[in-house]
Amino acid sequence: MTSPKQIQLSHGGGGEETNSLIHDLFYHYFSNDTLLAAEDAAVLEVKSKIAFTTDSFTVSPIFFNGGNIGKLAIAGTVNDLAMMGAKPFYLSASFIIEEGFAFDDLETIVKAMAEELKHSEAKIVCGDTKVVPKGAVDQIFINTSGIGEIEKEGISANHLQEGDVIIVSGDVGRHGAAILMEREGLGISGDLKSDCATLWPAVQALIDANISISAMRDATRGGLSAVLNEWAEQSSVCLEIEESSIPVNEAVQGICELFGFEAFDFANEGTCIVAVPEKDAQMALAALHKVEVTKEATIIGQVSLKKEGRVILHSAYGSSRYLDLPKGELLPRIC
Amino acid sequence: MSELQLKDLYDGFRNPDVIKALAKAITDEAKNLKKPLNIMEVCGGHTHTIMKYGLKQLLPQNIDFIHGPGCPVCIMPKERIDHAIALAQMEDTILLTLGDMIRVPGSKSSLAVERANGCDIRALYSPLDAIQIALDNPDKKVVFFAIGFETTTPMTAALLEQVEKQGIANLYFHINHVLVPPAVDAIMADGQAKINAFIGPAHVSVISGAKIYQPLPEKYGAPVVVSGFEPIDVLQSILMIVRQKNEERCEMEIQYSRSVTLEGNIKAQVMIAKFMEPREHFRWRGIGDMPDSALVLREQYTAYDAEKIFADILPTEPIDDHKLCICGTILKGLAKPNDCQVFGTACTPNTPMGSCMVSSEGACNAYYRYGEI
Ligand code: SF4
Ligand code: SF4
Repeated sequence: MTSPKQIQLSHGGGGEETNSLIHDLFYHYFSNDTLLAAEDAAVLEVKSKIAFTTDSFTVSPIFFNGGNIGKLAIAGTVNDLAMMGAKPFYLSASFIIEEGFAFDDLETIVKAMAEELKHSEAKIVCGDTKVVPKGAVDQIFINTSGIGEIEKEGISANHLQEGDVIIVSGDVGRHGAAILMEREGLGISGDLKSDCATLWPAVQALIDANISISAMRDATRGGLSAVLNEWAEQSSVCLEIEESSIPVNEAVQGICELFGFEAFDFANEGTCIVAVPEKDAQMALAALHKVEVTKEATIIGQVSLKKEGRVILHSAYGSSRYLDLPKGELLPRIC
Repeated sequence: MSELQLKDLYDGFRNPDVIKALAKAITDEAKNLKKPLNIMEVCGGHTHTIMKYGLKQLLPQNIDFIHGPGCPVCIMPKERIDHAIALAQMEDTILLTLGDMIRVPGSKSSLAVERANGCDIRALYSPLDAIQIALDNPDKKVVFFAIGFETTTPMTAALLEQVEKQGIANLYFHINHVLVPPAVDAIMADGQAKINAFIGPAHVSVISGAKIYQPLPEKYGAPVVVSGFEPIDVLQSILMIVRQKNEERCEMEIQYSRSVTLEGNIKAQVMIAKFMEPREHFRWRGIGDMPDSALVLREQYTAYDAEKIFADILPTEPIDDHKLCICGTILKGLAKPNDCQVFGTACTPNTPMGSCMVSSEGACNAYYRYGEI
């Protein structure tokens, strides 16, 4: 059979076409014993406390500089587990595909997922495919759920203590800015690539170095601002941040200037914030620097009790202001 | 656009050493001021810079800021927002607008709420995107709810020019372009605001030329410095104002000489004049009716004028703000956001009662977001 160029409704019908989609595409790329057993449900073995998470990915555009919706669907769910100190083990993947979607694009996406899985050695052990009539979804939606074994307990947004040091694993705002660029077709050149990446190796490095971690979170929607504000509020502490220490890529800063946004509000997909006790800060940095995606990790501030529940940004020239939560929807300024 | 280095947009204008040096120079010179300096920053963009970079903290006590009426979202009266909503609710219509306008409450609802209710309402990044939308939807009425001061008006004019050239028949305009000088005049004529200097928005002057501010020093005895929006621009402008005061001068000066001239962008002015003319009246939120303070499409473009074509569905009654909201007083330079009873309690960016809290250039929003630490 020659391979089809587009996904048709019949690919979701449960018959022969569905079968060939599953075998020739999904099994081919996601191959592992549990999945290939093709039972109604995956039978898993877990030995310790587990973390369980789910997320649906509906990004537009689905292909962007630095990744695509598939890479994102793996990195996103794996990172949610990693941020709880859990080693990602088993994932599910569900696809909702619009009729007419290019088969080649689907293959590119699935390939990217398989690639991304290698960074954590997690496996896709079950999944589902639905094809819906044209217009019922915007091209493709992917849901991934995941289970991981907790290797480090006690990491929590409620556990920040006075004196804890705040580390950011890399420059902020790149995913959000890259998506905005693609969406608006701004045609501005530059090295603006989404930071989309799996963070488990970085977390593993922290755990191996026996760092105490008070809190850890990937700064996705709402960016750095959202994470810091959540922490300040949940732990009833003040986060004092040195603005000039926060790494921001030049192109991202430029986009912000054009539209009146703040890089701190933009989403990341492979950048996390870690809070550690002061005594562990240098060791934590050293551990992060050994891992490719976090080799630029840097200290941006410290926890105090100055103004509970708020984040204060100190400028390099002696003034300070609050860093507030980003508003619901990022809109460009009018002038 | 590929030659543009994004870095050029901000680099050099935030150098901490320069900021510190300017703050010190201002502090030194300000010791000689005979009277406290109350500077009105006419434009919301400057309010934002002052708050975001905490500039007031770097300055001496005898320099204070009074926020002006210069945010196109803040000054939009509720009945105009109701217009936008009524237009959006028409069958087979796509309503386009810019930025925060989407979230500003009208008398009963907002465009954001109506969008959630199923109306096709879109926030544009550039007005010119409206063309593609109109072409892609030939069976729909596409209405552009145009907002902004002198800064954004040329974009609307450029859009009109394209619409005319390409013979696009399904794109209509609801014009809400307002003008800075009449508003400043109204505030000063009122006499209550204690303003003795102005920072004029450079964006406006890039288009209209600094000449639009030339009458102010003489009329009101207050110096004007046309300023850029970076922290260094604003500090330098303040220093220029302090120096004028100490030297007993009262002039219009241009700090933002990077791109402001006395005459402005003549080409843009001509293009605007081709399509628009001053409108008899426009009611500003909080300030009230002001003649010649806004623009309207010229007679010969009535075919594009949503206000005329859809006149029968547009409400005409003026609608006032919530009793507790003092946006009007703030826009007139008579109060600060924290003087408002509901600031930060009943009124926050997520639950705005007035437009000054909605617009990211609004004074209430800037005070709430960045706070005074
Ligand atoms: S339109 Fe111009 S005057 Fe108004 S807020 Fe924007 S920059 Fe300032
Ligand atoms: S705080 Fe809210 S209610 Fe008060 S003046 Fe500002 S916008 Fe109006």
